[in-house]
Amino acid sequence: MTQSVVVQVGQCGNQIGCCFWDLALREHAAVNQKGIYDEAISSFFRNVDTRVVGDGGSISKGKICSLKARAVLIDMEEGVVNEILQGPLRDVFDTKQLITDISGSGNNWAVGHKVFGSLYQDQILEKLRKSAEHCDCLQCFFIIHSMGGGTGSGLGTFLLKVLEDEFPEVYRFVTSIYPSGEDDVITSPYNSMLAMKELNEHADCVLPIDNQSLFDIISKIDLMVNSGKLGTTVKPNSLVTSSSGTLKKRHKKPFDAMNNIVANLLLNLTSSARFEGSLNMDLNEISMNLVPFPQLHYLVSSLTPLYTLTDVNIPPRRLDQMFSDAFSKDHQLLQADPKHSLYLACALMVRGNVQISDLRRNIERLKPSLQFVSWNQEGWKTSLCSVPPVGHSHSLLALANNTCVKPTFMELKERFMRLYKKKAHLHHYLQVEGVEKSCFTEAVSSLSALIQEYDQLDTTKNMPNLELRKYISRFSAVSLTYTRCNPQHLPFK
Amino acid sequence: MEHAHSFSVVFRGNTPSLWLSMSIVTVQLGQCGNQIGFEVFDALLSDSHSSQGLCSKRENEAYQASCKERFFSEEENGVPIARAVLVDMEPKVINQTLSKAAQSGQWKYGQHACFCQKQGSGNNWAYGYSVHGPRHEESIMSLIRKEVEKCDSFSGFFIIMSMAGGTGSGLGAFVTQNLQDQYPNSLKMNHIIWPYGTGEVIVQNYNSILTLSHLYRSSDALLVHENDAVHKICAKLMNIKQISFSDINQVLAHQLGSVFQPTYSAESSFHYRRNPLGDLMEHLVPHPEFKMLSVRNIPHMSENSLAYSTFTWAGLLKHLRQMLISNAKMEEEVGSDCVAQASLELLVSSDPSTSASQSAGITGIDWHVRPPLSGLPPLGKMSLNKDLHFNTSVANLVILRGKDVQSADVEGFKDPALYTSWLKPVNAFNVWKTQRAFSKYEKSAVLVSNSQFLVKPLDTIVGKAWNMFASKAYIHQYTKFGIEEEDFLDSFTSLEQVVASYCNL
Repeated sequence: MTQSVVVQVGQCGNQIGCCFWDLALREHAAVNQKGIYDEAISSFFRNVDTRVVGDGGSISKGKICSLKARAVLIDMEEGVVNEILQGPLRDVFDTKQLITDISGSGNNWAVGHKVFGSLYQDQILEKLRKSAEHCDCLQCFFIIHSMGGGTGSGLGTFLLKVLEDEFPEVYRFVTSIYPSGEDDVITSPYNSMLAMKELNEHADCVLPIDNQSLFDIISKIDLMVNSGKLGTTVKPNSLVTSSSGTLKKRHKKPFDAMNNIVANLLLNLTSSARFEGSLNMDLNEISMNLVPFPQLHYLVSSLTPLYTLTDVNIPPRRLDQMFSDAFSKDHQLLQADPKHSLYLACALMVRGNVQISDLRRNIERLKPSLQFVSWNQEGWKTSLCSVPPVGHSHSLLALANNTCVKPTFMELKERFMRLYKKKAHLHHYLQVEGVEKSCFTEAVSSLSALIQEYDQLDTTKNMPNLELRKYISRFSAVSLTYTRCNPQHLPFK
Repeated sequence: MEHAHSFSVVFRGNTPSLWLSMSIVTVQLGQCGNQIGFEVFDALLSDSHSSQGLCSKRENEAYQASCKERFFSEEENGVPIARAVLVDMEPKVINQTLSKAAQSGQWKYGQHACFCQKQGSGNNWAYGYSVHGPRHEESIMSLIRKEVEKCDSFSGFFIIMSMAGGTGSGLGAFVTQNLQDQYPNSLKMNHIIWPYGTGEVIVQNYNSILTLSHLYRSSDALLVHENDAVHKICAKLMNIKQISFSDINQVLAHQLGSVFQPTYSAESSFHYRRNPLGDLMEHLVPHPEFKMLSVRNIPHMSENSLAYSTFTWAGLLKHLRQMLISNAKMEEEVGSDCVAQASLELLVSSDPSTSASQSAGITGIDWHVRPPLSGLPPLGKMSLNKDLHFNTSVANLVILRGKDVQSADVEGFKDPALYTSWLKPVNAFNVWKTQRAFSKYEKSAVLVSNSQFLVKPLDTIVGKAWNMFASKAYIHQYTKFGIEEEDFLDSFTSLEQVVASYCNL
């Protein structure tokens, strides 16, 4: 069994991270009734004997003494981290795993990346190494941050390069919150653009999420909960937005509901690696199956169901409904419509009492309405984990490598160009040492190249196989010396 | 191959260890291999303990003793220990497998029979083959050696693996190669799980072609089970509503059990055959170019249905023969117009200059010059079978178990039309009959066939893999670990050859 380390950067990253740890504890408490420190828990938590001073306190087996999150918390302001350390989760975090400053990055990627990057590089490296040493077999770093600000965006992406150099064999999964259209940070397009280049080059896998989508999902849930339809009451702890009991109601912050959705995403992503099932899927399989070309590593996610009804007499077609919902644009965590774009690959990670026949039935049912790229017509990766999430009997996380991310990137580019053409606020960036105009132009090229890749793929929609070769030949490094004819007739059906 | 029957005339009565079966060492690889392995041992032992053997007590005891010696080692506190080595690159499945076996109370795995790591192969054949393989070679081979040494008389290896993932496929290929090197005189049969056509793993076609091409060089026989086919059996014949992998694996285990449980030889009805793998290979793999075996087992149904069904050997054998001819995967697929179903899009060309496989409708790599395989007729010469549109076989083995088995008439399987022209049915067909019934079925008939059954699935997989390869998708994941494009091309070439050979039958 492997371990993962969560690196939460900036205000947004830390708030989401906090929700994640809260829910992770809740999940493990529900599954692990006996309080034994097992391999599943060890994937995200250390077991520490708090009586021991210094480093020697780790306990690898036996009863749970005190759980410490495998996390590194980074923020250039103290507010959020301090709040966490004074809150109910304070004992979960190792105070030695924090890096804070007081002045903040001023919503400036350059300050986060260049100034704080160089200032804190050694400390960051030290904390990361420490967290890695505590792991028996470290498989993955989960980075959580937002794209629009200064710390999460700048320092968060600076980290990626450090991780790539220092831990080249450990996967880097990045959960990135993209700014919505009405973002109130004026410079968010600059920050996002500059961060995108880093994500393109140094992340293994990115899960782009935007606030608008999260907000829409919450509205949907509220509607359901408050609709007061007879006989449809919702189990409170089943809400994808709910917290465990540890975060008391009066501490509930405005973004908690939205953050919990992201936290649930991460839990479901790692469930098949932590818990047993009839068809396991480890984190290294995500990258292997969903990233056909290194640059195309952006995965749109959707989580279903959003809640469970307490009425147990709901007929079993609920299960099939869960699959249908996963492909509807209302359930995506990004403003995207995968159903009407082109799939390069799709992963279905199922939890709970679902068997292979249910999975197959739904794939067969939904396949005709989805478009897959010609060289991956059956591009499905599936997993079955026996342990459902808290409050549910089953759940589904769908990850799509789909050209539907293109509009998000194109809008980002447009918003950027609007600012950049006027050179608005540019001086704030250029006055930081190490930042030149070339940083911006390179970032734009990087994003434009990415958009072009998706464009080219989109043009291949509905195209027969043979013509396709003209478009895809540019990918081939070796000239194909063999030609293979399409099999037309075979002896047997 | 060893034959025990020369002794059987002289020594009768008790079964000294000379008469007990030679032992098979099973290597279970990856999640699939381990999950199936458990079901297989469970099925074998359950059947062996079954009280519905429909034979004499002495007969039953001999059957049990033979089964035990084949698959289990001496009791420790009375509990048989499976002759198996469990290998996986991450611990969850092995832990589950070990505890399920222990919970059964009937048998268990050896305490030190597992090799496990912390991080899996990530569905990456290259990782399983090039990284895990060499890294853990010594440990794994040492475990296998210990298991082999426990056998008084060793028959060979049975390696259970899937093609779609990373460990079973990649590490499986590596281990098989090692077994070839270290045990050149021992037999190896690989049990391969063919994935569902509609993805379980996106890169399953890459992993499959790499596995098959490698195994074709180092294994002696490939016994294939297709998930799609077994799934249909669960759905249509067993009437299972919500089919789980457990259900699938149990059907699979049932089929394997009906092949591997002790049988009498045709020559000697006094003792069970001693060398299961040797006998299977001898009968089914006459030429190294033809290694792909498939299993058909009838009847197969839910317990409820079984209670109300009766069978005759004539009926069962007729059905089985029809399944063979029409390439049906299960009983229901054989309709009354089975010949019409099987009638081909095959257009036979009488022009000897066109390559056989092109006329057969399978177009492969555009070879212009291809030397004939030794022992086979030169290309272009058609066998009569083409006109009759039959599934042509290289070899068939029918195993019958149960009541009145001696009365079963298998003449239908000796029809020369079923076989390729370069073999006579007397060499290509064999039957083993055993009185002792298998697993609650009063009569059961198994067909292990080396025929064109798997040509289409193979061609399909090669086609899909090629399609993906042409766009270079996912290749960087393999080159990262030392599997280059040339390796892919080699695999395509080998498998095209296999497809062509089978088509030319």
